[in-house]
Amino acid sequence: MASLVGYYSLLSGFFCSFLIIYFSIINFNDTKILDKRILSFTFFQFFFVVISFFGLIISFVVSDFSNETVFNHSHTTKPLFYKISGTWGNHEGSLLLWLLVLTLFIYLFLLKSVEQKKSYRILTLLFQEIIIIGFFVFLIKTSNPFNYITPIPKEGLGLNPILQDPALAIHPPVLYLGYVGSSIIFSSALAGVTLNYISKDWAKHIKNWVFISWIFLTLGILLGSIWAYYELGWGGFWFWDPVENVSLMPWLSLTTLLHCILVLEKRNILNSWAIILSITTFALSMCGTFLVRSGILNSVHTFANDPERGLFILIFLFILIFLSFFVFFFFHKNENKTLINLNWVSKETAILINNWFMMYFLIVVLIGTVYPIFLEVITSEKISVGPPFFHKLIIPFLIPFLIFMAIGPQLKWIKSNLKNKLYLILFLIISFILTVLIVKNLSINFFTNTILLTAAFFLFFITIRDFFKKKFNNLSQNIAHFGFSLLILSILFNNIFSNEIITNLKIGETFVSDKFKISFKDINQKDEQNYKAIIGKFEVIDSKGSNLIMSPELRIYNQPNIVTSEADIKTNLLTDKFMTMNFVQNQEYFNIRYQIKPFMVWIWISVILICFGGLISLFKKKYEN
Amino acid sequence: MYGRKVKLRFFFVFLILTILSLSIFLILKSLEENVVYFKSPTEIKILSEINNNKIRIGGMVKENSILIEEKKLKFVVTDFKNEINVVYSGVIPNLFAEGKGVVAEGFLKDRSFFSATKILAKHDENYMPPEVKKALEEK
Repeated sequence: MASLVGYYSLLSGFFCSFLIIYFSIINFNDTKILDKRILSFTFFQFFFVVISFFGLIISFVVSDFSNETVFNHSHTTKPLFYKISGTWGNHEGSLLLWLLVLTLFIYLFLLKSVEQKKSYRILTLLFQEIIIIGFFVFLIKTSNPFNYITPIPKEGLGLNPILQDPALAIHPPVLYLGYVGSSIIFSSALAGVTLNYISKDWAKHIKNWVFISWIFLTLGILLGSIWAYYELGWGGFWFWDPVENVSLMPWLSLTTLLHCILVLEKRNILNSWAIILSITTFALSMCGTFLVRSGILNSVHTFANDPERGLFILIFLFILIFLSFFVFFFFHKNENKTLINLNWVSKETAILINNWFMMYFLIVVLIGTVYPIFLEVITSEKISVGPPFFHKLIIPFLIPFLIFMAIGPQLKWIKSNLKNKLYLILFLIISFILTVLIVKNLSINFFTNTILLTAAFFLFFITIRDFFKKKFNNLSQNIAHFGFSLLILSILFNNIFSNEIITNLKIGETFVSDKFKISFKDINQKDEQNYKAIIGKFEVIDSKGSNLIMSPELRIYNQPNIVTSEADIKTNLLTDKFMTMNFVQNQEYFNIRYQIKPFMVWIWISVILICFGGLISLFKKKYEN
Repeated sequence: MYGRKVKLRFFFVFLILTILSLSIFLILKSLEENVVYFKSPTEIKILSEINNNKIRIGGMVKENSILIEEKKLKFVVTDFKNEINVVYSGVIPNLFAEGKGVVAEGFLKDRSFFSATKILAKHDENYMPPEVKKALEEK
């Protein structure tokens, strides 16, 4: 029943698109004000998709196995929370969520852009409707979430247990808010190009959308990363896995756009660059969806795959890119602004330089991610590109990047000079000395670590100085940059001071090394709603003699029959202690991994700080208005 | 001959082109060095030379072949045509089991002996890495 309502509601939403387009075209040259009907139908479209989405949620909650999506991804014994989050934990449901956010955002856009020109609003709506129609067709044709199965199965197939997790329940919606937010930027950039409206005013208007999508995208990536850290049991937070990379690429592009928009707003330069970035960001977001959903990525977490779907998204993506190129080349007039005077020493130059660095990072990630696909298509040679590739190419360029990030905010717009900037050198020297003191006693690569740490400390100290010097001026930028320096520092220290032990133990055995003594005490069993837990008890004694009880867990899920391990993590402000336990079929041995991960929690905190910086910028604007 | 602005423009274009080509060169160069090839046991058998590069192998874990000790894990990877012995110490993913697909990363010692540094985790009991599937289909 709920499925039926959902399906027809979805069709009605699709139908609304045509009404919206029809009224928009009529209204375009007609009157001065926006036709009320357009707004109403945009609302109805959103409303229908909401109904449809709720229809799917209800089907999941009541375990209606006549619905194919529910049958494939749910089970009666699954806890209610995961029944609901299972709605978007699969391909069909997650696309419906995409659509929901798409329609929500365009409605909000219309509400929030009242002071803008009518033609600009309508054109943005039209471009957005093209995307929306594409997604409707995709959903209804290749991945209908409301397909029937007869006879009705008694029991569902269950949700992949590693997805039954609170962080991963909210990870897709948050990430999608970021992805889809970029669609509004895309549509409005195209509308702006058509109307020759890419200017200070446009920048001022679209800035909010850029910030909102950027905050959500950052948070979405963070949630995914936290999940990978404690759920996958590898003890890391970033693996340069293709699925991670495809979320990093739009992030890099969006971050670049965010800085570029600020320059556009202040100086009315870099117009074309802003347009190109708007298009790139959205194209990359679509690419992300395509690569994850098509199954062509050889990834450790390819969840759903179907070549037909991949082909559809690919064609759709090409149409959108072609459309945007067409609009860009035919409508974009680069007014001759008597050769922009870009001074070497100015804020905009610093931002532009870091724009190019970020583009470089983007190209590296892009090539590392898609090269294996191309090579396989062309030569059928199967390869993978691992972390060393990314580290080697990104880390050296991170050094100037960090330094420019520290210097840029110290400069003025238009023209600045380097007088009274002696403190910069002073801070650089302090950072260097501090780094040498830390690094010299460690058996690590002295050269790279010193330079890298110096650059990170430099940014760290300069931003701290700015907190005192500038007070509340530019607070959002300051917090975000401070967060970034903290992130790099935490990652570096985490890398340098991490410690790990991997061993196989039987119950009752003890592992001894010069640093730790790990005794495997016993195991307990516990029955939960949809899994059986095996909880190990370990006593860890370190060289200082303090002891610690760790109890990692194995979960044997009933449906699907999968074993997952739950790491036991003891977190404090300085260090994380992390233990996972795996078992090998029909063997007495358990595979134990014990890790000391310093500053782990600071990696999360610093990313939250970065988001917080963006958030302040949003509210500050409201306050000033 | 040319005005100052024109010269400046030329300089800019030149600079950007140099940087661009330099970075592309850099990327391709390190791509060459850091790529990990995937081989099936059969492909390894017909390998002309064994070098020190990191590779990945994939196939099925042979039944009754897992042998576990405190420090080491030994098993046999098969594509039902050829086999290869693998020795490994490190984290063992939960889905690692006899009769299931596996991908291991590491170094080839000779044509029938592989020293693994990583066993890749997979998230789904039905999931088979595309490479393994293909290797199995080809048999």
